Amino acid sequence: MTVLASPLARLTGDEKHSPSAYSTLDVLWVLYDRVLRVSPQTADDPERDYFLLSKGHGPAAFYAVLAEKGFIPDEWLDGMGRWDNPLGHHPDRLLVPGVEISSGSLGHGLPLGVGVALGLRAQGLTRPRVYVLVGDAELDEGSNHEAIAYAGAIGLDSLTAVVIDNQSATHGWRDGIAGRFTVNGWTAVTADGRDHDRIEAGLRAHQPGRPHVFVAVTEQKWGA
Amino acid sequence: MREAFVETTTALLAEDPRLSLVLADISADAFVPAARAHPDRVLNVGIREQLMVSVAGGLALTGLRPIVHSYAPFVVERAWEQVKLDIDHQGVDAILATIGSSYDASASGRTHQAPGDVALIDTLDGWTVRVPGHADEVGPLLRAAAGDDSPVYLRMSTETNTRAVDTAADGRLTVVRPGSSGDVAVAVGPTLDAVFAATEGLDVTVAYTHTPRPFDAAGLRSLAGATPAVAIVEPYLAGTSARVVADALRMRPHRLAALGVGRADLHRYGTPADHARAHGLDPAGLRRSLSAFFRP
Repeated sequence: MTVLASPLARLTGDEKHSPSAYSTLDVLWVLYDRVLRVSPQTADDPERDYFLLSKGHGPAAFYAVLAEKGFIPDEWLDGMGRWDNPLGHHPDRLLVPGVEISSGSLGHGLPLGVGVALGLRAQGLTRPRVYVLVGDAELDEGSNHEAIAYAGAIGLDSLTAVVIDNQSATHGWRDGIAGRFTVNGWTAVTADGRDHDRIEAGLRAHQPGRPHVFVAVTEQKWGA
Repeated sequence: MREAFVETTTALLAEDPRLSLVLADISADAFVPAARAHPDRVLNVGIREQLMVSVAGGLALTGLRPIVHSYAPFVVERAWEQVKLDIDHQGVDAILATIGSSYDASASGRTHQAPGDVALIDTLDGWTVRVPGHADEVGPLLRAAAGDDSPVYLRMSTETNTRAVDTAADGRLTVVRPGSSGDVAVAVGPTLDAVFAATEGLDVTVAYTHTPRPFDAAGLRSLAGATPAVAIVEPYLAGTSARVVADALRMRPHRLAALGVGRADLHRYGTPADHARAHGLDPAGLRRSLSAFFRP
């Protein structure tokens, strides 16, 4: 992940943290480098894949990937959070190209993603997939469970949830995270959130007729 | 009004492929034919109101025009952060169409009442708020909302006036009884019948609106005198529109009475008429407060 070391350092002004300090970084890179059918040129194409960052805090890894892939200019990486910089500590979709939802308050991305998937289906757009990244602590928010139960019940198979599990939920998830989804009819893969080939395989393991979750397990309670 | 809403929405779903409807079980029975005809655009998420509003936000992100429909407290209060963030903050639009406003469900108690709904919506910028006073006003207002690209709150009630006063959607004040004093009583939505009865014999202009937002400030200024007394009577939280009336008249010395539903949780059941009486919104209660206000 040395490719992202420079934009990360530029964003955070911190030369000491290695890219592995960012729990979402490897998954985000694999998504944008190998999986998502979206580019700066197709960021408004109705046939694009959608990526919704629900866990909006600590978006440095997200911005670094967007810069590396050409969605945003490198200059924006300097001065995140300033009045005149579009990059804030929670992303704003009206300010940043390639950002599909404005996030920050937890538990909104997955329910929004259900709506996006249904909106695409209602318009006959069957090719795009909708990926929503949530954190394991974010799953505490009950709104997620409304989305998990409903998406499973209707077999919303264009939806993929990506859970970054750095074991930061205060009360944990007894018997693991995947079971919260599979009991509602989702397919699930749990794998090492640093291994790019296994991440890619887990992200691609969706099946017809069921929503899919990929649980990326990373080191406990690293930074964002 | 619910019947008019179901009928118009069902027709609009057939006419406009961009329109969609999101439900959380309430009124789902009435929309069975629409759901059969448009299974991908009539979505019942079950008893999940947060999800209902978020799904509408997601639909809108893909270019659809969603209508969200449920009881007012479950749309506006239970799912308030979803309204604020998943619709408003995302910069997308939806129509929130509620029933059960204020004390329609008087016998059900406080859990089914939301007199603060318009005040909450009013914390957001750029929303149109429609408060029809009669079932015949629902269809035209809903059609206007469906053809628009801005956020709309449509607040329906089982309380109605005896006749429809304004079936246009331009949001202008309508004079129901002219006066010569320069004083004005503005009745919002279903309060008109009671306001009309309560101001009998008072020299005030009685005006009606089903559109408190945006408020017809220019219309009020043209009806009001140089130093007017103005009363606004609303079927939801008292004072909700005090700021827009005060702003409309900020360059004129004026007196203002803002009447509506009180803040207290009464912990009472009974009928809507009982609650109207308790909040001073029945003709006798309005007569007391308005005659004292206009003739101090």
